[in-house]
Amino acid sequence: MEAVSNFLASDLFYRFRKSPVAVLAFIVTAVLVLSALFAPLIAPQNPFDPGSLNLMNGFSQPGEPNQFTGETFMLGTDDQGRDVFSTILYGLRISLFVGFSAVMFAMVLGSVLGLIAGYTGGRTDTIIMRIADIQLTFPAILVALLIFGIAKGITPPSYRDEVAIWVLILAIGLSDWVQFARVVRGATLVERNKEYVQAAKLIGRKPMAIMLKHILPNTLGPVLVIATISLALAIIAEATLSFLGVGAPPTQPSLGTLIRIGQGFLFSGEYWILLYPAVTLLALALSVNLLGDWLRDALNPKLK
Amino acid sequence: MSSKKKLLGALLTTAILAGSSALASAETLRWARAGDSLTLDPHSQNEGPTHALSQQIYEPLISPDMEAKPIPALATEWMVKEGDPNVWVFKLREGVKFHGGEDFTAEDVVFSFNRAKMESSDMKELLVSIKEVRAVDDYTVEMETEGPNPILPNNLTNLFIMDKGWAEANDVTAPAEFDDGEETYAVRNANGTGAFMLESREPDTKTVLKANPDYWGKGQFPLEVTEIIYTPIQNAATRVAALLSGEVDLIQDVPVQDIDRVANGDGLKVGNAPQNRTIFFGINSGDADLENDNVEGKNPFADVRVRKAMNMAIDRDAIKQVVMRGQSAPTGVIIPPFVNGWTDALDAYPKADIDAAKALMEEAGYGDGFEVTMHCPNDRYINDEAICQAAVGMMGKIGIKANLVAQTKANHFPLISGKKTDFYLLGWGVPTFDSEYVFNFLVHSTTDDRGSWNGSRFSNADVDAMIQSLGSEVDLDKRNETIAKIWQVVQDEQIYLPIHNQVLNWGMKSNIDFPVQPEDQPHFKFLKFN
Repeated sequence: MEAVSNFLASDLFYRFRKSPVAVLAFIVTAVLVLSALFAPLIAPQNPFDPGSLNLMNGFSQPGEPNQFTGETFMLGTDDQGRDVFSTILYGLRISLFVGFSAVMFAMVLGSVLGLIAGYTGGRTDTIIMRIADIQLTFPAILVALLIFGIAKGITPPSYRDEVAIWVLILAIGLSDWVQFARVVRGATLVERNKEYVQAAKLIGRKPMAIMLKHILPNTLGPVLVIATISLALAIIAEATLSFLGVGAPPTQPSLGTLIRIGQGFLFSGEYWILLYPAVTLLALALSVNLLGDWLRDALNPKLK
Repeated sequence: MSSKKKLLGALLTTAILAGSSALASAETLRWARAGDSLTLDPHSQNEGPTHALSQQIYEPLISPDMEAKPIPALATEWMVKEGDPNVWVFKLREGVKFHGGEDFTAEDVVFSFNRAKMESSDMKELLVSIKEVRAVDDYTVEMETEGPNPILPNNLTNLFIMDKGWAEANDVTAPAEFDDGEETYAVRNANGTGAFMLESREPDTKTVLKANPDYWGKGQFPLEVTEIIYTPIQNAATRVAALLSGEVDLIQDVPVQDIDRVANGDGLKVGNAPQNRTIFFGINSGDADLENDNVEGKNPFADVRVRKAMNMAIDRDAIKQVVMRGQSAPTGVIIPPFVNGWTDALDAYPKADIDAAKALMEEAGYGDGFEVTMHCPNDRYINDEAICQAAVGMMGKIGIKANLVAQTKANHFPLISGKKTDFYLLGWGVPTFDSEYVFNFLVHSTTDDRGSWNGSRFSNADVDAMIQSLGSEVDLDKRNETIAKIWQVVQDEQIYLPIHNQVLNWGMKSNIDFPVQPEDQPHFKFLKFN
């Protein structure tokens, strides 16, 4: 309780309250995350269970009873008779899960490598940072596609569906660690010459302990900001990969998959298959991004 | 600016405009469809889009026309030899040259037929009845069959003739081994006698053909197209957009949801015709155990009750109504009505009955279901991936959890011919219009010269013997009786799960006069511009 009241009285929370954009972005994000979490309770249908679908419900218009089955779907159905609303909720779970996990993975990997590079310096630093530089010259999505392609090639086809999500996380995470490494390395270079680090060295603490216990906490501010912005990017990367048809399996559509399916029916007027997932994706990516922006400003002492 | 200069300027502009319109002449045909030809090697793959491209460059002895009726191509006459019912005699067309300038003679025919009979050929099933092909003189060829084969000419309409000298010079005397991805010179280069010559080829990207200036058929065919630019466009929406925006002139596969849009589009029209092609699922009933399932030590598909249950679980009417938007003819047999051997009784299909199907599964001991991988192409047949997804749902209703792997046909087909999939989608057309073709490829057990696409692994010595007898049965009534008997086994054993016959929808510019060919094979030498 004390922590909560501390937080409510904090500078950060005060500035959050004073920023209507941040509050709105937070509300949108919270609503989307909560509805994804509780999707099985909210959604009228489980769209990931093909056996429960009725093909005759396909292409139902939003809010109008289907001409064959008489069932009504708030946001319509797609070509397989999946309720678009339910599919968005379940798709959000995939998007958010992949996004969070990929960013966590990138954050841990990037921070550790950045710490090591910044603290040890010399040849280790050169090797790690040159690898990072090389990877930066490729667009992240290309790196993700490459990793995805290799992983697909080495997994036997019958397991592909099961590992597809993990491969996505790996692919997006590996394409994103560089930013974390660069930021943490920069902060480490500054911190390692400060007195408290010198003091820790003098009393004989091991390098590992110095890095993790002393330097790392002081680099976390910027890492948090990058993590938030990366989350939005990771969600979009997942949608892009699924849109290209290399991400989530077709029987477990994420937002990107729905958009891919929907774009085939734009000429024929079944707009809802594309529109609602696209709006959801936009809302999610935008609000997370706005939160990240606000956090960056709020944590930047120069802007105080 | 003086008036003289103005006039000059106006003249110049007119000249430039006139020049550019002449450059963009209507004789270039920009042709698109979902998937590319798999190889230019004419005997390496027996596949529709592959033949569709090869037909422009290479020619068979006897060619189907735009109504799929056989007409003379490199052969001008053919008849059974007098006094010997086991020999067919072909008179060859004289004065024909290959694109490289070589003369077309009987030795090229002998060479090509021997090549098409080789182990790595995908056309060998069509030639199983041929014992020997020999040149009598430069323009006469005799084909000796195992027994009298009255329907042999029907089998030759996709058998393309290569130049012997060219093949030897480029070390392509054997067809490229497609399943292993072998790349020979003939896979990307071509030297035929056809109305069009290969100008450039980038697989899956763009292929350019130029009119053959020395074509033998001048005066016999319209030959109005001087250049063909062929671009595969996998994405259905992109393909339609390309046609609507005028980027391409003809697409062979208008998505069913966009037919109205294209038909009502400015300067566009849609031609349609029932296609000579059936879409069906294959299931591996022959192996003792499956590789792609979760049942250890036995094969659930080996039980005919499981296969019957699966057949009953498929709601073909729903697939027609929703996935195909009415553009298909549901069927209970894997041949379309065009084919000799087809009957109404075979065509009848069961109404979907989940309860009965579940009861059958229970009886077979799979009441709790099982898991299996389903393989599907996503750029070959009309809405192939959507059909598979729908089938996954229908299988789910009787407890079979199918894990769908949908991929491009270049990855999909080797799984079937290489016998690496246990549950797959396939479409089969019948260019010979006779059931024997289907039996040889899909029902006969896999041997050196038959059964190469029999992914069901069904194998029955009696059925094999009946199929082999078809090649030399001269009494047509008796032959048809045998065909009916074989179909009875195929249906009773439920070797395949038929879905529907496709309906073709070609979208094109209004100024193009081109009928829809029932085998989905455009022969551009017949195309006319209005």
